[in-house]
Amino acid sequence: MPDFMIYALLGGLGVAAISGPLGCFVVWRRMAYFGDTLAHSALMGIALGLLLDINMNIAIATVCIFIALALVILLKQRQLASDTLLGILAHASLSIGLVVVSFIDDVRIDLTAYLFGDLLAITPLDLAWIYGGAILVGSLLALLWRSLLMMTIHEELAKVEGLPVDKLRLVLMLLFSIVIAVAMKIVGVLLITAMLIIPAATARRISNTPEMMALNASILGMLSVVFGLTLSYFTDTPAGPSVVVSAFALFICIYIIRPQKT
Amino acid sequence: MTLLVEAQHISVTYNGQAAVNDVSLSISKGEIVTLIGPNGAGKTTLVRAILGLAKISSGQLTKKPSLSIGYMPQKLQIDSTLPVSVSRFLALASRQPKDVNEALSLVGIAHLAKHPVQAISGGELQRVLLARAILRQPELLVLDEPAQGVDITGQTELYALIKHIRDQLNCGVLMISHDLHLVMAATDKVICLNQHVCCSGHPETVSNDPAYQELFGRSGADQIAVYHHHHNHEHTIHGDVVECKHHA
Repeated sequence: MPDFMIYALLGGLGVAAISGPLGCFVVWRRMAYFGDTLAHSALMGIALGLLLDINMNIAIATVCIFIALALVILLKQRQLASDTLLGILAHASLSIGLVVVSFIDDVRIDLTAYLFGDLLAITPLDLAWIYGGAILVGSLLALLWRSLLMMTIHEELAKVEGLPVDKLRLVLMLLFSIVIAVAMKIVGVLLITAMLIIPAATARRISNTPEMMALNASILGMLSVVFGLTLSYFTDTPAGPSVVVSAFALFICIYIIRPQKT
Repeated sequence: MTLLVEAQHISVTYNGQAAVNDVSLSISKGEIVTLIGPNGAGKTTLVRAILGLAKISSGQLTKKPSLSIGYMPQKLQIDSTLPVSVSRFLALASRQPKDVNEALSLVGIAHLAKHPVQAISGGELQRVLLARAILRQPELLVLDEPAQGVDITGQTELYALIKHIRDQLNCGVLMISHDLHLVMAATDKVICLNQHVCCSGHPETVSNDPAYQELFGRSGADQIAVYHHHHNHEHTIHGDVVECKHHA
């Protein structure tokens, strides 16, 4: 196996492992569109990174955090329905990113790589970022698991029982931003949400506890990476979309095998 | 008596309208305080203000330092994508599996331990929430319409259960109820609320108070007197038929 395939595999597995538990929160808290909006804003992060010539991961994570904060503040005001607001911010930030990037003429960037991922171009340095991010996100999730779960079940009950709900919500946003930043290379802006929600939704059918669901989502995501990369290697299909197609195939299979699960 | 919560002249405003207006009340250790009032009287808003979930626009709210509160919200909607059983939900409040089983037996739903929270009925969910509130061994138990979705026989039993919990934990209880007659036996103090406090005091006193009768209508107050008749059997909270205790 060539080096680039090994790097791709390692990178994909790292992102899939951490997307599992985080994706469960996206599904439980109905944040799919929210995650999508943050992912779209990642393109603004790329533009910022190119303009200021700073590390791409840091630029993306920073912009995502700012957009997340803006969203929380705007959503609280209830001037617009949340889906309208999310739609506005998602597409505006994507477009701003694209327009700004087009102004930087000394850089030729491959837009498809940012939109759909460039899994086969992963370097050892990217791997370091992915695993660093995954370890950080994983340990924070493990540490705060009970509190995050309680907040997901009933936010006000959690608050009355003394959990710092506002801070926990911010931490969750921070975790999203980190995962989006490191997952960009793997599946790109447009497909990140798929890696978060498809394995988690599939895992729901075969899990009885929140912890099992998180674990199963990780395993299913990792399987999708293996299948997707195999498909891509032998049939020369684009790697990112192949991973998502594999995740979707697993979703269909499990929903056919286990149509009902309480 | 230790004072747990004291509210002095508190008001809560929503969009310029007072939902709660100049209300003063206090809850002491071991005391059951019931809020009654018509729909839209601000009962839930007042409770939320006391819990710190709604912002108080004027007045002063004092709580005993580091007061531990058990809260039973009106409803609990858990997304069906979250696989969580009744016992797992309760285990989030206490790490001891033994305590979880004890609390479930106390509220009479031990048989539901393995059921998904999303698959039980409204009345059963009220009991799950009550069990959860008990597990936290709170100094103050706050119940928002605990008898919701429970039939009349079950309601009487539920209020007796709340009283029993108060006796065991010696905690203060603040609850919201629609029906004075049903809570009467299980409450020490009644506050009749209609944005402001109409009248308050011992349940007997309140039911004879002109302000209460005005609010609920005199004839209405008479009509909802509980209908008594005798059975040769009884039902437990979850509907099983058992021997009658008081006349064999």
